[in-house]
Amino acid sequence: MNAALRTQVGQLARRSVLRTMRQPGQIVPALIFPLFLLAVNSGGLKSATDLPGFPTDSYLTFALAVPFMQGALFSVMNAGTDLARDIETGFLNRLALTPLRGAALLSGLLAGAVVLGVVQGMVYLSVGLIAGAELAAGAGGALVLVVLSVSVTVAFGTLGLFAALRTGSGEAVQGLFPLFFVLLFLSSMSLPLSLLQTDWFHAVASANPVSYLLQAFRSLLIEGWNLGDLALGFAIAAAIGTIGMYAATRTLKTRLVRT
Amino acid sequence: MENKAGQRAGIEAEGLVREFKNGPRAVDGIDLLVPPGEIYGFLGPNGAGKSTTVLMLTTLLPPTAGSARVAGFDIVREGGKVRSAIGAALQEAALDPLLTGREHMRLQTALHGIPKAERTERSDELLARVGLSEAADRKVGGYSGGMKRRLDLALALAHRPRILFLDEPTTGLDIQSRTALWDEVAGLAKEGVTVFLTTQYLEEADALADRVGIIDHGTIVAEGTPAELKAEIGRPTVEAVPHDEGEQQRVAEALRPFGDRCGATHRGGASVRLEGGESQLADVVRALDAAGISIEQLQLHAPSLDDVFLAKTGRSLEGAGEDAEGEPGSEEMEAVGAS
Repeated sequence: MNAALRTQVGQLARRSVLRTMRQPGQIVPALIFPLFLLAVNSGGLKSATDLPGFPTDSYLTFALAVPFMQGALFSVMNAGTDLARDIETGFLNRLALTPLRGAALLSGLLAGAVVLGVVQGMVYLSVGLIAGAELAAGAGGALVLVVLSVSVTVAFGTLGLFAALRTGSGEAVQGLFPLFFVLLFLSSMSLPLSLLQTDWFHAVASANPVSYLLQAFRSLLIEGWNLGDLALGFAIAAAIGTIGMYAATRTLKTRLVRT
Repeated sequence: MENKAGQRAGIEAEGLVREFKNGPRAVDGIDLLVPPGEIYGFLGPNGAGKSTTVLMLTTLLPPTAGSARVAGFDIVREGGKVRSAIGAALQEAALDPLLTGREHMRLQTALHGIPKAERTERSDELLARVGLSEAADRKVGGYSGGMKRRLDLALALAHRPRILFLDEPTTGLDIQSRTALWDEVAGLAKEGVTVFLTTQYLEEADALADRVGIIDHGTIVAEGTPAELKAEIGRPTVEAVPHDEGEQQRVAEALRPFGDRCGATHRGGASVRLEGGESQLADVVRALDAAGISIEQLQLHAPSLDDVFLAKTGRSLEGAGEDAEGEPGSEEMEAVGAS
């Protein structure tokens, strides 16, 4: 990366982080809502741990993976809405009149998602541990958990960028949020894949990449170091991020119609 | 207009066209020649094609046909070089409400590749120039419309452009803010910056522009210095406004014998350019009286740019855009044959 590109990425990253930090409306729901659901689920589904084959006797530990995924889904909305607003207000045209490169714009915009991912990861983990959840992988696992949280947040953030560039509308990006939540509900969010008895649900959850992302988080919390689950989780995050970034880059070329 | 490297080149366009799918031919073959250091006023109602022209000249929208060179560089083949030579404040002051004025300057100077050591100095200099030093550390969301426009101007100047595009820079501003911006633009021109200014305000073009191009329905209908354009009209215009707006048509009919350029005005009356000059005024009064029309206002206007617009298009500039389709924003438009 040459010096000019580094400067561009750095400045846009700084702006993205400042914007994120100055919008409590972005940060607070992404922290509170998943923790609220965690409290409800871990209380209401406690007896699920009695099922034969349930991987832990602490439903809180099992459910603690879910906020990490929910937080990542918020990044779709946050990253996408910010970019859509830039398109709506003409700020993207201002940027287009500078020697800015498209890659710098997209990378810079994701910096806010990185910060949000770090904050979310640390808060979810801290609250979970204080409430009594276990972390089988220990202190090193905590670090990997946060890194995985950031990876998944950035991966889903690229989908938000693509949606923003495709539609140019903040409302349209926000409209995607429920659709992504359906993905979460059609996964192994409440029970491990092996205990899902309904055929169609089992099939859908098995095909749903969110199940494997959840499993990567859970492996650190419940099992310790399961390199297979972790590698699959990181690989899926990388795949989503790559596809999202590719789609966003292509759409940016159409959106930034400068000669 | 000088060289290919563009050291003293202004703006040249030949047969510039922009069509939109399922839409109007927003710009329909315009020719432009703006020498360096000139303030060129591009005057026209909403939807006339002003902003589309600016988007093409600033490389943000490829032309459908025709060619243009800005600062000596081709807008299609040398877009990057054009952008490095120009500054632009587009129609809406595109600012981030969550950033401060100083943070905007920091971002803009960095993206333009100004060395880190110079960024702060350049930012402070420009913020002071547009009178925003005190407000520099406040979030832009709390700025007034005039302050946003001034910051927009400062951002456009960050990299010392030789050509500045200002798209309706004073629309929506109060007269005080408008005058302050005019002074700033005039000062830039004295420093040798070429200014391409679009406006729908007659007084703005009249007060600021060295030359004016009047655009309507995508074509330039008149061009020259304000004095030349008004001299071309030569004769004064009389405007009559009836007490009853329903009689607008009858007023127009009564005025028609006094000149071939007769049209409705936005105040509910009608106006005509007096072929026989001021001496016809008494005859006009008698004609209106004979038609039994009760008149609320009767005014004799020296030739203005509005008269020029009326003479060239048959409509008054003020209000001409009301029935025009809004000039579409680039992001909402689908290109036809965009290269």
